[in-house]
Amino acid sequence: MTQMDVESPPVAGGASDPVIEMRGISIAFGGVPALAGVDLRLFPGEVHALMGENGAGKSTMIKALTGVYAIDSGTVLVDGQPHSFSSPAASQAAGISTVYQEINLVPNLTVAENMLLGRESRRRGGIDFKAMNRQAAASLQRLGIDVDPATELGSHPIAVQQLVAIARGVDVDARVLILDEPTSSLDADEVEMLFSVMRTLRERGVAIVFVSHFLDQVFEISDRMTVLRNGALVGEVLTAQTTQLEVVQMMIGRELAALERLESDAGSGVDREAAPVLKALGLGRKGSLEATDLDVYEGEVVGIAGLLGSGRTELARLLFGADTADHGTLEVNREHGHLRSPRQAIQRKLAFSSENRRAEGVIEDLTLADNMLLALQARRGWLRPIPAAMRAKLVDQYIEALDIRPANPNALMRNLSGGNQQKVLLARWLITEPQVLILDEPTRGIDIGAKAQIQQLVADLARQGMSVVFISAELEEVLRLSDRVVVMRDRAKVAERLNDDLEVGDVLEIIAGAVRQEEQPDA
Amino acid sequence: MPDTVLKRLTGSTLLWPVLALAALIAVNLVVHPDFLSVRVQDGDLYGNVIDILRNAAPVLLIGLGMTLVIATRGIDLSVGAIAAIAGAVACVNIAGTSHESALGTMVVACAMALATCVALGLWNGFLVAVLGIQPIIATLVLMTAGRGIAMLITGGQITLVHNTHFEFLSSGFVLALPFAILLALALFALTGLLARRTALGMLIEAVGINPEASRLAGVRARTILWTVYAFSGFCAGLAGLMISANTAAADANNNGLWIELDAILAVVIGGTSLAGGRFSLTGTLIGALFIQTLKTTINVIGIPSEMNYMFKAIVVIAVCLLQSPKARALLTVRRRGPVVPKAVTA
Repeated sequence: MTQMDVESPPVAGGASDPVIEMRGISIAFGGVPALAGVDLRLFPGEVHALMGENGAGKSTMIKALTGVYAIDSGTVLVDGQPHSFSSPAASQAAGISTVYQEINLVPNLTVAENMLLGRESRRRGGIDFKAMNRQAAASLQRLGIDVDPATELGSHPIAVQQLVAIARGVDVDARVLILDEPTSSLDADEVEMLFSVMRTLRERGVAIVFVSHFLDQVFEISDRMTVLRNGALVGEVLTAQTTQLEVVQMMIGRELAALERLESDAGSGVDREAAPVLKALGLGRKGSLEATDLDVYEGEVVGIAGLLGSGRTELARLLFGADTADHGTLEVNREHGHLRSPRQAIQRKLAFSSENRRAEGVIEDLTLADNMLLALQARRGWLRPIPAAMRAKLVDQYIEALDIRPANPNALMRNLSGGNQQKVLLARWLITEPQVLILDEPTRGIDIGAKAQIQQLVADLARQGMSVVFISAELEEVLRLSDRVVVMRDRAKVAERLNDDLEVGDVLEIIAGAVRQEEQPDA
Repeated sequence: MPDTVLKRLTGSTLLWPVLALAALIAVNLVVHPDFLSVRVQDGDLYGNVIDILRNAAPVLLIGLGMTLVIATRGIDLSVGAIAAIAGAVACVNIAGTSHESALGTMVVACAMALATCVALGLWNGFLVAVLGIQPIIATLVLMTAGRGIAMLITGGQITLVHNTHFEFLSSGFVLALPFAILLALALFALTGLLARRTALGMLIEAVGINPEASRLAGVRARTILWTVYAFSGFCAGLAGLMISANTAAADANNNGLWIELDAILAVVIGGTSLAGGRFSLTGTLIGALFIQTLKTTINVIGIPSEMNYMFKAIVVIAVCLLQSPKARALLTVRRRGPVVPKAVTA
């Protein structure tokens, strides 16, 4: 325990006893402590946010609670009785249910089949599908989830699948529900849907553990939070009695001036009289993006705002040739021609960091150095390996410049935290010395310290003359960094504004404008 | 800390196959104390070890190609059939000329055979890389069709040839050692150089671990797939020539029969995962030696013939279990056992 430990954490108004109490939990991996004497109390009918940067020990704590990791020392009390979870099954039997970020369901089974997997209704030696659908429908309705249980799970958006996973999780009389980053791929409406289900569960007396990188969401939904840093407990606070700034300070232990400083020097010195570096005219692809125009000038950050599915990612992929456009033209440095592959795009000095870091970015079983040099090596071809000296120099240089940890070129990529993986991927592209850097959600799911560093980096690169297309679901971030903002909606560009005194509200209005128009015919 | 991690990695991938091979040799030594003895005859070396080395050459060759294919998340089931085709092309060409015993005849015939095999490998690569067919299915096509093709080439006959240069591929000696193993080791060294001194190995691993991320990073995944399947075809061809030279005949039905399974086994025993990614050519070398030693062991310790397959199966299962981290964890004392409440509640 640390000196920062809050001596007597406040108890909620209900003043009931905790369902789960973890005391002095310590876990070490190979002698390296991951958790050192951490406490956690979960009360029935409360949403408890587990806060901390990447590597603070949140996941380890959850895995200790769910029986995935064994505890080196410490006690777990369930209803005041000491308990030990030797396996995930033992933890589930105690009423602890977990819904992970990656949904562990079967997409090609129906919603009902997924919810009742392993405990199907039987009838005459076979499965009684009608009864299953009825049972699932009842469970879904209790939570206010509007889904037809007979439909295939995979046909629904991720958000709905997640709700189904939650419904499945709490269906077995769960008293504790753990939601690990449930909102990271949801848009605003979907988050609201999730929150309403969470509120229903809270009223039913379920203790919910909520892990999220979105501070706003945490403050909206949680009642109590436990903050961890570097595997140690910083403190437990009631949400109503704290502020975002306080919590951020607890999480990172230092003032976060960097985030504020950026705003002052954005949007200056871009010459839009010159020819654009990147010029898309009517670029589009059937079923994914309507014809879209976009100019990007030297040294400019163009922010792309829009909801999930608005076409923001689709646009980025077409610009880079990750998908091929079926209409429109693309000019890079006034040079015409379609991009048929990422390889061609890279040769023309474009770079693209995908929003899907795990599936489309990192090579988990290769080293940090190999990951960092992959794009450069691919451009050189396999016959011309990067000389050892140059390799060492580049890798060391970027590890230092981007503050990548561990600063070990031979560390396996899978062992890095999300934020550090993202930095390695950025380095991968910076090493190719691109003219246009297309970043799709570069700060999603990474801790706030790394986020500030990446934002600072983008601003610095633009100042040095690089053009950046910056896509993010967080409007504040888009506005903080961009010189110009393009708003996407329904797979088309709907607005383009210079970012002088543009407010989040303005952009939201553009995005929401159409939503209202769309809703009117229904009403 | 990084050092110990590195040590553990190299330990876990090469340690077990080496131990298994050593154990097998130990068993042989117990039964026949002179198992490892080598005698000199006419300036060439003879003995069990030399036989093992020579007979392991085809599996090693095919294993090299297979290792790279498996590293890209693929598999090549057609290598046995390709080996048969190589023998058929070479023998039919040698038998069909008027200078049947000339060196030139043999060289031309072998070159044609190898070119055919590379073309067949490219065909596999086309199915996998361009048409996107799953490798196991794509190469199954040639696995079944290949023997038919070989049969057509030989006209359904076992084609016998009389060419000492051709037979040299299998039974020749250079510097007192069998030419076959020297050729296989030379290709092993060349492949190692190609994979690790250029960036080919890293790019193959990148494509094997995450094809989409590699594509977005500008890696020519398609070219790499074509290359490894063509290389696998080439290796299979070379092995096929050796097998055919061993009997100085092309037998479309039996040359290289089931060798794809031995090769896959050699790769797996060597510690390369069938899931793709990281590969070890040295591991494959040890795996190939292990398989050949096992075959020899069956003869040396006199396992009854009806028990051959059973014995082989048991040893292979044992080696595979040793390599499975889960099985190993069960065998050794669990380092991190189930949760035991160590601290008594206050």
